[in-house]
Amino acid sequence: MSQQNKVPEVEEELHLYAKRKAVYPKAVDGIFRRLKWLIMAVTLTIYYVTPWLRWDRGRYAPDQAVLVDLAHRRFFMFSIEIWPHEFYYVAGLLIMAGIGLFLLTSAVGRAWCGYACPQTVWTDLFVHVERFIDGDRNAQIKLANASWGPEKIAKRLLKHAIWLLIAVMTGGAWIFYFADAPTLLHSFVRGDAPFIAYATVGVLTATTYTFGGIMREQVCIYMCPWPRIQTAMMDEKSLAVTYKDWRGEPRSRGVKKALEDGLQTGDCIDCNQCVQVCPTGIDIREGPQIGCITCALCIDACDKVMSQIGKPRGLIDYITLLDAEEEAKGHPRMAIRKRLFRPRTLIYFTIWAAIGAAMLFSLGQRTRIDISVLKDRNPVFVTLSDGAIRNAFTVKIRNMEARPRQVEIGLLGIDSAKIWAEPGERDTAQRTVKLLVPPDSVSKTRIYAVSDAKAPAREEFSFTVRALDKEGGSDSEKVIFDRPEGQ
Amino acid sequence: MAEKKRIDEPTGTETVGHEWDGIEELDTPMPRWWLWTFYITIVWAIGYTVLYPAWPMLNSATAGVIGWSSRGQLDKEMKAEQDRTAPIRTAIDATPIEELSSRPELIKAAIAGGQAAFKVHCVQCHGSGAAGSKGYPNLNDDDWLWGGDIATIHYTLIHGIRQPEHDLTRFSQMPAFGRDGILQPAEIADVTAYVRTISGQQPANAASNRGSAVFAANCVACHNADGKGNRALGAPNLTDAIWLYGGDAAAITQTVTNSRYGVMPAWGARLDPTTVKMLAAYVHSLGGGEALPAATNAAAAAASTADAGNTQEVNVAAK
Repeated sequence: MSQQNKVPEVEEELHLYAKRKAVYPKAVDGIFRRLKWLIMAVTLTIYYVTPWLRWDRGRYAPDQAVLVDLAHRRFFMFSIEIWPHEFYYVAGLLIMAGIGLFLLTSAVGRAWCGYACPQTVWTDLFVHVERFIDGDRNAQIKLANASWGPEKIAKRLLKHAIWLLIAVMTGGAWIFYFADAPTLLHSFVRGDAPFIAYATVGVLTATTYTFGGIMREQVCIYMCPWPRIQTAMMDEKSLAVTYKDWRGEPRSRGVKKALEDGLQTGDCIDCNQCVQVCPTGIDIREGPQIGCITCALCIDACDKVMSQIGKPRGLIDYITLLDAEEEAKGHPRMAIRKRLFRPRTLIYFTIWAAIGAAMLFSLGQRTRIDISVLKDRNPVFVTLSDGAIRNAFTVKIRNMEARPRQVEIGLLGIDSAKIWAEPGERDTAQRTVKLLVPPDSVSKTRIYAVSDAKAPAREEFSFTVRALDKEGGSDSEKVIFDRPEGQ
Repeated sequence: MAEKKRIDEPTGTETVGHEWDGIEELDTPMPRWWLWTFYITIVWAIGYTVLYPAWPMLNSATAGVIGWSSRGQLDKEMKAEQDRTAPIRTAIDATPIEELSSRPELIKAAIAGGQAAFKVHCVQCHGSGAAGSKGYPNLNDDDWLWGGDIATIHYTLIHGIRQPEHDLTRFSQMPAFGRDGILQPAEIADVTAYVRTISGQQPANAASNRGSAVFAANCVACHNADGKGNRALGAPNLTDAIWLYGGDAAAITQTVTNSRYGVMPAWGARLDPTTVKMLAAYVHSLGGGEALPAATNAAAAAASTADAGNTQEVNVAAK
């Protein structure tokens, strides 16, 4: 530390911009590495496969299981169909995702960063491609320093080609969430897909290639706001990857010699494995830092070394700040139950679960048919030749099911009132009007209501809608019937 | 102030040379990206003033080499809109007015087009909601002076109301019974009472009974014996609840004394036939539109463009 704090010499040039130090993470195996493989496989499978899942909704609705149909303003998710006015479900899901992240962070620290964040997953994938072509860390460094020759050119071309291929597929998969996947794939390959599809793939290809292949840990350290926000979620009871300096220090490379010299040694043999495997290129032994995404690869690396030199595992380990203090003093760790169930996590969980429960409840309660009525305001009423008063309304019936439905529009209140739908005639006016509403659509009907003139100038009543099939469902909306003043 | 420009050691930047109480100001150069953006805007501005109208001259401004103008752009947009609507307008044009209602896609477009044209040409008298006002008929209701089926409305629109020097115009003229001395004020008061009785506004009394005789002697020729009027003559129904000039005693007295003489332009001479057709469709759609008389189809089609007498006979016959 003291070295970094020394006053720079006058000739030394100061820069606001520090050039990136290349990171060549070394391959490692262990329990956390395997967990990362598993999570990578699951998340990438979900991402690439989801748009291709089918879900039968009958002949009037798309059969794609998950579809964000922006053009028709519908959001399909398996058996749930969401209309634009129900967008709060999507907002609720996003809020749940946010609070879920808070909960996760306060309980297990930056687990999202280390395992599930797309930046981490794709960077990991790109790193493996690099390793497959260039070899492990040492070979990569050697190749980077080698002068340009046929072999280096070939390897670089191959690596970037595979990266680009992954990037194109990543961008490509994204667009299938927004249209029927097989159809879009055909037209995409034929070249007659909408411009926005190509533009989206282009942009996502560029970002995937740049973020996963070139920028990597810089995205986490410099660009991402989440590590900064995360600090507010974490406390001394959150898990963090920690180097147990009380056990490891003083480091020694030559343990035998140090013992001979009568010097004290810690468990750390300064083999630098933890630094070499780190995908963000940090030294965890310097303590907790923003560059640490808690991917735990250094734990795997250190555990291996510890077993080789016959020391207990866990010189670098997941541990809370509080436990670290206790353990340094030789006290036992806090029980996991006590650590997980504390006010902070419980409050996060309660909020998260309450939103989930409220959404599930309202999802169960929602009707799939509703009515909205807009009254004509110019003119507000029309006197007919027999003295009766006519009001006109634009009635919208929303049929949110994927089948045509026969419905009946009726009146609640004003006993003398009768209605007819355009283009009908007043002779056909009744208390109800029957309509066939097309599947998954809004039908707009102009409805005339006629009533006696001898009544209050403003009278409230309701339009009701009732589905005539056996599943039923109904809704109503209050409106005003206007008459001339002083009748 | 003395010029004491010097290189500031820690930053390596030149100072501006001023000094206040030992405080100096660095002459830090503009960032490169900013400077280049500035140069680009200058180049852009020069190109812009050459290509587009820009420099003010005595009478106008330089035209710009690509010849753009805001009027030109408007013309282009109007032309594009006309091209867009041309097919449907042609189709509406080619469809006889009687058949328009049976062509859903055409009637929908015609009503929309008519609504737009109504806002330009008709709202001055009939109001933006077509509800009219005193002397200007409400087009939403079910009472029509000359008939409310789409072909009759179309005819009224084309030929207008009481247009001088236009033979086919809708024309009717009620005598000014008071002003011309045909009826005495007492008789007018009696007939007013009678009209208010048959329209259900007041119970029968001595005055209205006397008025009945006045009505039979002077009014039935046009308004019919039952007071229900005659659409062939444009004579209003006096028994209903709708009054173009008001149904109270004062208004009726005024009408009988001085007569009324509302006019409407002959739109056929002012607007293109398609627009007039669309206006007819719109007015017919406002809630009071009547069905075409069953007996007419081909006959009415011919009559609507032929003379007024025929159309009205047909309509009356169908009533």
